[in-house]
Amino acid sequence: MIRYIGQRLLQAILSLLVVMSLVFLLSRLSGDPVQLLADISASEEQMDALRHDLGLDRPLGLQWVTYVKDMITLDLGESIISRQPVRDLIMQRLPNTLQLGFAAMAISLLMGLPIGIYAAVNRGTRRDKAAQLFAVLGQSMPSFWLGVILILVFGVYLQVLPPGGKEGPNSIILPALSMGYITTAAVMRLTRSSMMDVLDAEYIKLARIKGLGEAKVVWKHALKNALIPVITFSVVLFTLFLGAAVVTETVFAWPGVGSLILDGVRTRDYPLIQGGVVVFSAIFILANLAVDILYGYLDPRIRLA
Amino acid sequence: MAVVVLRNKERNAASWAGYFILQLGKLPLIPSAILALLLFTAIFANLIAPHSPTRGELTESLRPPVWLGARVIETKVVVDGRVTDILEHVSVQDALKKIDAGSARVAGGGEVAAGSNIEYLRQGGSWNHVLGTDRQGRDVLSRMIHGTRPSLMVSVVAILVAGSIGTAIGLAAGFKGGWVDSILMRLTDIVLSIPLVLIAVVIAAVAEPSLRNIIIIIGLLLWPRFARSVRGETLALKEQDFIARAVVSGSSNLSIVMKHILPNIVPSLLVISTLQVGYVILLEGSLSFLGVGVPPPQPAWGLMIAEGRGFLQTAWWNSLFPGIAMMLTVLSVNLFGDWLRDKLDPKLRQV
Repeated sequence: MIRYIGQRLLQAILSLLVVMSLVFLLSRLSGDPVQLLADISASEEQMDALRHDLGLDRPLGLQWVTYVKDMITLDLGESIISRQPVRDLIMQRLPNTLQLGFAAMAISLLMGLPIGIYAAVNRGTRRDKAAQLFAVLGQSMPSFWLGVILILVFGVYLQVLPPGGKEGPNSIILPALSMGYITTAAVMRLTRSSMMDVLDAEYIKLARIKGLGEAKVVWKHALKNALIPVITFSVVLFTLFLGAAVVTETVFAWPGVGSLILDGVRTRDYPLIQGGVVVFSAIFILANLAVDILYGYLDPRIRLA
Repeated sequence: MAVVVLRNKERNAASWAGYFILQLGKLPLIPSAILALLLFTAIFANLIAPHSPTRGELTESLRPPVWLGARVIETKVVVDGRVTDILEHVSVQDALKKIDAGSARVAGGGEVAAGSNIEYLRQGGSWNHVLGTDRQGRDVLSRMIHGTRPSLMVSVVAILVAGSIGTAIGLAAGFKGGWVDSILMRLTDIVLSIPLVLIAVVIAAVAEPSLRNIIIIIGLLLWPRFARSVRGETLALKEQDFIARAVVSGSSNLSIVMKHILPNIVPSLLVISTLQVGYVILLEGSLSFLGVGVPPPQPAWGLMIAEGRGFLQTAWWNSLFPGIAMMLTVLSVNLFGDWLRDKLDPKLRQV
């Protein structure tokens, strides 16, 4: 197990280095940052001085080393537009992104679990198929379009929920719903197959033979065991939501890190993009690491693969 | 008798509808028909589209779909012949009342003087623009028809790119084994653990947004999904007798891989590719929606949904229809992919 964790950890660090180097190269390819930072009236000498201050006149390899050191110590520089430290901007918004991820996870489980159980109990019937259709629809829908339609229906016409931004606890419902419905299909399928496996188990047959009522068999005996894979899968869900955050946060003007990065992209604010992407990827990679370790712990066969 | 009663009990409307649609979905007929129609539309877009996808007439601005009658779309406040404010979703009477009460505000912040003029845009559906028009007076249907092109183009070419890279890496890793396998699979794991959408957004922002760049970005980020399953298949095939015989008969590694292994993994490659098409279409849509994909004024579904967001209240048709097109497409591709998988490669069903 320790060997396995060590391997995964090393791989996570490598992944992060690759992301950092990618972002580093991209920002170097995208033009001279001095042109963006310096005043329009700056002379050639002033620009050279600025270049020297920023270390841009040093060899690329050395620049990379300093850059990686800065990123690891979370010294992310200053936003070109707002002149605030990028680290502060990110830290202000990070809780919102995490909140949204957890809310979407809750919605996905709240919809996917009951539907999956319902489908498994009614296996092979039309109810099963209707439940599957509901889930497959979610998988085929662009989440940003679902978001727009939710805004139209609940925010504009019915006016029962805020159409965007973050004002009050109700604002989280629509963005969480638009992210959560998309992954409901996966939760539902997993619950369904896991529940079906458990319902075939010997101990369930025994419970039935004992004369236990169907409701008690399903809810008391089968559900507990059927839930295990679904619970572990919810960590995977969280990484999926982190990946989708840029899109959903933009649709709903949700003040998270995803929309912050996109703002940076629109205003060509490279320090902001750089810091945002590195921090975001680090969280994403860590969550993936957690998934790997969790699965390795639960299923020893994975460790050997 | 008892059986009949039970069956009747189950025939409620909701489950019937679901059953019906899924039965249709089970046949590849409907998804295939939709996909064929889509392909036809993409190829002959120029001939089918009733209007230009990029040029609009301003007099036709924000026309609703054909089945909606004439309605006030926009109410504009005009001071000294200049449009100073647009009051969305407000009737003419309401706008006049607001101005008289001094509560109508100009975009700049000042109040509208009592007695200002108002102008309004009143549009009704017409057969000339079946699904309505957007702000610039461009025909929504024509833009949707032309919008099939980037979606299909990106998914086909990007999957070809990703599939080729992934197959090459998967074959090399699976066949060679040892340190080649270790390095290539670590690389695959690393690329898999990168947040794909985020990196795609950043690359698209640095490189100018264009169709070619989206294809390259998606192609370069999607290959690990292919590499993993190709490696698995290769490992299994390598152990089989016919490969051992090919080795004994003196075939070179390259010819074994190309002649004996590759043809055997083509069915699974087809299945994986089909199952990725829906994902790529949604990804391209997201990038275009975020403004880092297909550049305006070109038509793309994701872009149309984004453009329609600005006046969702009054002209919802701009965002609604492209989304439905996208959903139907992805649904068809996924159902078709499921069917293909069951037909060609039932092993993958567990994946």
